[in-house]
Amino acid sequence: MRALAVALLLLAGSPALAEPPPPPDVPLADAQLEAKAKALMGELRCLTCQNQSIADSNAGQAQAMRVEVRERIASGDSPDEVRAFFVERYGDWVSFVPPAREDTALLWAAPLLFLTVGALLVARRFRR
Amino acid sequence: MSWTTRALWLLPLLLFTGLVVLMAQNLGKPQQAVVRSHMVGKPAPAMALEGVAGVPGLATADLKAGTPVLVNLFASWCLPCAVEAPQLKALQARGVTLYGIAVRDQPADVEGFLAKHGNPFGRIGLDPGGRMMIGFGASGVPETYVIDGRGVVRYQHLGEIRAEHVPMLLAELEKAK
Repeated sequence: MRALAVALLLLAGSPALAEPPPPPDVPLADAQLEAKAKALMGELRCLTCQNQSIADSNAGQAQAMRVEVRERIASGDSPDEVRAFFVERYGDWVSFVPPAREDTALLWAAPLLFLTVGALLVARRFRR
Repeated sequence: MSWTTRALWLLPLLLFTGLVVLMAQNLGKPQQAVVRSHMVGKPAPAMALEGVAGVPGLATADLKAGTPVLVNLFASWCLPCAVEAPQLKALQARGVTLYGIAVRDQPADVEGFLAKHGNPFGRIGLDPGGRMMIGFGASGVPETYVIDGRGVVRYQHLGEIRAEHVPMLLAELEKAK
């Protein structure tokens, strides 16, 4: 029954039942602040189209997030403060840059760890 | 080379094979994760939204009136929002106070939507920029939040409310008292 209702709605759904395209972006007047905002947009994840950053996505919510980023940067927030604002609402997941914390220590140390192991192996080879 | 050292040399290859198998298994899976709001347990975002379609607007103070309410993020352009309309009606019939936030919407479109599907909301805040979605930590529409009488978010329901969700939402409202 519900499937039928949904099917009927889908059939009846004219283009009116699609999200209107978001308004175009208005870059910040200050080029330096705009560059800061742009850099951060590349590091925040779009919620609607998940493996895209909000800089790359043309989804309505990504646009709303870009407006939020620009407003906060323009009002003097640092990029890290703006990132923290989003993390507070969506969790670490919203940022493409993993946080540096105790529970992510292994992640950050892994490259160094592997390099050390590699170097030790090479050193042993050459000593022989 | 002893037998154990020889086995040890095979370890990286085994680890690599494991990694490849893991990646191959995940290749076909859709990468759409459910992102829950981190606002549960925190005060609802500050708002002062204009009303629409003759319904009064929504402000922070309305969420601190002492009794739990449901805040429903919806949009006229959202199909599942039309699907959940009967359930919102049912909740209203059970005496639940429902407030709506019309996300990225125009007044005329909201009016049309309410005329077609009925209005279960005591208040509706118009949010043309979609900023309240970020405020609530919402990742789509519709989403429904239980707000206790002190303005704190107690529960988040993602997606449309189906008939089987109604008792659960009533229970969450009871818990928030």
